[in-house]
Amino acid sequence: MPGRYDQYRKLKSAAMSAVTVACALCVILPVVLVLTHLVREGVGALNVAFFTQLPKPVGEVGGGMANAIVGTFALLALALVVGVPLGLLGGVYLSEYGSERWNSWIRFGADILNGVPSIVWGMAAYALVVVPMKGFSTLAGGLALGFIMIPLVLRTTEEVLVLVPNAYREAALALGLPRWKIITHIVVRTALKGIVTGVLLALGRVAGETAPLLFTAFGNRFWSHHLTEPIAALPLQIFTYAISPYQEWQDVAWTGALVLLMMVLLASLASRMTVSKNRQIQL
Amino acid sequence: MRVPVMQATADGTPVIIKKSPRAAFAATFRMPKSKQRSTKLHDALFRWLTRSFAFLVLAILLGIIVSLVYGSLPAMQKFGFGFLVSAEWNPVTEKFGALVPIVGTLVTSAIALLVGVPVSFGIALFLTEMSPLWLKRPLGTAIELLAAIPSIIYGMWGLFVLAPLFADYLQPWLIASLGALPLLGALFKGPPQGIGVLTAGFVLAIMVIPFIASVMRDVFEIVPPVLKESAYGIGCTTWEVVRNVVLPYTKVGVIGGIMLGLGRALGETMAVTMVIGNRPEIAKSLFAPGYSLASVVANEFTEATTDMYLNALFELGLVLMGLTIVVNLLALILIKSVETPGTRRA
Repeated sequence: MPGRYDQYRKLKSAAMSAVTVACALCVILPVVLVLTHLVREGVGALNVAFFTQLPKPVGEVGGGMANAIVGTFALLALALVVGVPLGLLGGVYLSEYGSERWNSWIRFGADILNGVPSIVWGMAAYALVVVPMKGFSTLAGGLALGFIMIPLVLRTTEEVLVLVPNAYREAALALGLPRWKIITHIVVRTALKGIVTGVLLALGRVAGETAPLLFTAFGNRFWSHHLTEPIAALPLQIFTYAISPYQEWQDVAWTGALVLLMMVLLASLASRMTVSKNRQIQL
Repeated sequence: MRVPVMQATADGTPVIIKKSPRAAFAATFRMPKSKQRSTKLHDALFRWLTRSFAFLVLAILLGIIVSLVYGSLPAMQKFGFGFLVSAEWNPVTEKFGALVPIVGTLVTSAIALLVGVPVSFGIALFLTEMSPLWLKRPLGTAIELLAAIPSIIYGMWGLFVLAPLFADYLQPWLIASLGALPLLGALFKGPPQGIGVLTAGFVLAIMVIPFIASVMRDVFEIVPPVLKESAYGIGCTTWEVVRNVVLPYTKVGVIGGIMLGLGRALGETMAVTMVIGNRPEIAKSLFAPGYSLASVVANEFTEATTDMYLNALFELGLVLMGLTIVVNLLALILIKSVETPGTRRA
């Protein structure tokens, strides 16, 4: 028999449900607002010149961010070269070898590293790379991004490798294969899609990083020809342009932000597609 | 039983050996000694390679800490403990103190949590307890999207969109409604400029919501259905199930998620730098511009003209690193204690 108190309880529950719905809307709202604003402001200056030309000085019309886009790709390539092998093999160690005691310490270290603020990565890269090399450089920026990737790749690699059924390893052992061949040819290959997903996610994360590049890659108004020269990067250029007092530069910054977001989303979309394929083979 | 077994030797002539079948099999298919040795060597090499890369993680962590400590050593010697409590930041006279950015970082992070935690809690509840199935995936995607947007874009959006909106609407309204309160009112005074501590806190809130919400969703999902169903069975409403079953069961994990979000908020650089206003004084009101640890470093690092200036900036980095390590440590321990079955009380 529904009394007053029961009605109050039902009302309270309904009210709280309504609040959670409102919270859900609160989360969708900024996504929609940021994306629509970015598209509205950024599409205007989005043209071929943006991808092919160097930035023009203030007051001149046109120009693009070709050097920054190429620079971002160069930095990401360096980061991949550093971050993927180190993270991957570290993850292999955690999953295939390793004692439980040390593993938990390494996992712990990786988790702590994942939480290190990006600006601190930049300072460490400055102290460890820029100062000994006596100058801002592409190498320093790429290393900073690569080192950020290591703990990310390591953790995801370990997580997918432990999912590979032990029967695979045992079958290979029974055939007399050496351990390292089992790992590289069977275990890693079976989990390859998961690993690629992890790498893409890590790549998407570092692609948008600005803070670690501020005093490593430093930025460059022109093309960079050598690993020891400073190099432009899309996030850096966006930052410089966005906080500048010139309207034309701010407009270009929006376009840069749109392109950057597209790159990041493409990486996450690609990782999503590999995941959904992964589900089909029931790993 | 011994049976004669034919075996081809290295030069191809068959010989008869008298061994058990198993031994004969082993003798036939055993790897040559030299190959055995090289395989062992490869295995050991590979093992050591992976091991050194795994331990590299610890070396990197140590390397970061050592480089920060090394960089800030002169500042530590000069200012001592006073660095942490001095509000002075004067590059000309080389008097440096970290109090202003420390307060700025803590206040913006506190605002971010005040705004972000209830919203994250709400969306995590909605996702686990109420959402119809078809909505779960798109909503999860929206949260992931929120986490994927680079911080520089949040910074631009905060600077050009949110800050003017705040200056025109939210802040005048807050001044009118809360400004007259005793004590608390002081926080809501001053000209509504848009750029400042409050806006930085709000942008941070948007950025930490996906992290907190996804941890909360994960811990809510490990509540055994039997517990919830029995509560529903005795006539509890949805809210009562959440309040009396889900929340007590996941309390520790929820706090862990909040700590994880706090860790993110403390270290966030670009978005805060663009909207906090970058003024080296302790903000008297939430509308006034302030400074945070990360944004001081981001703004002034390349402009540091003297060694002591650079050392002081390194010490700010060290303080920031220390803060985030402590917070993340707590978060990890709390989350792990929930997600590992068997370690928690029934």
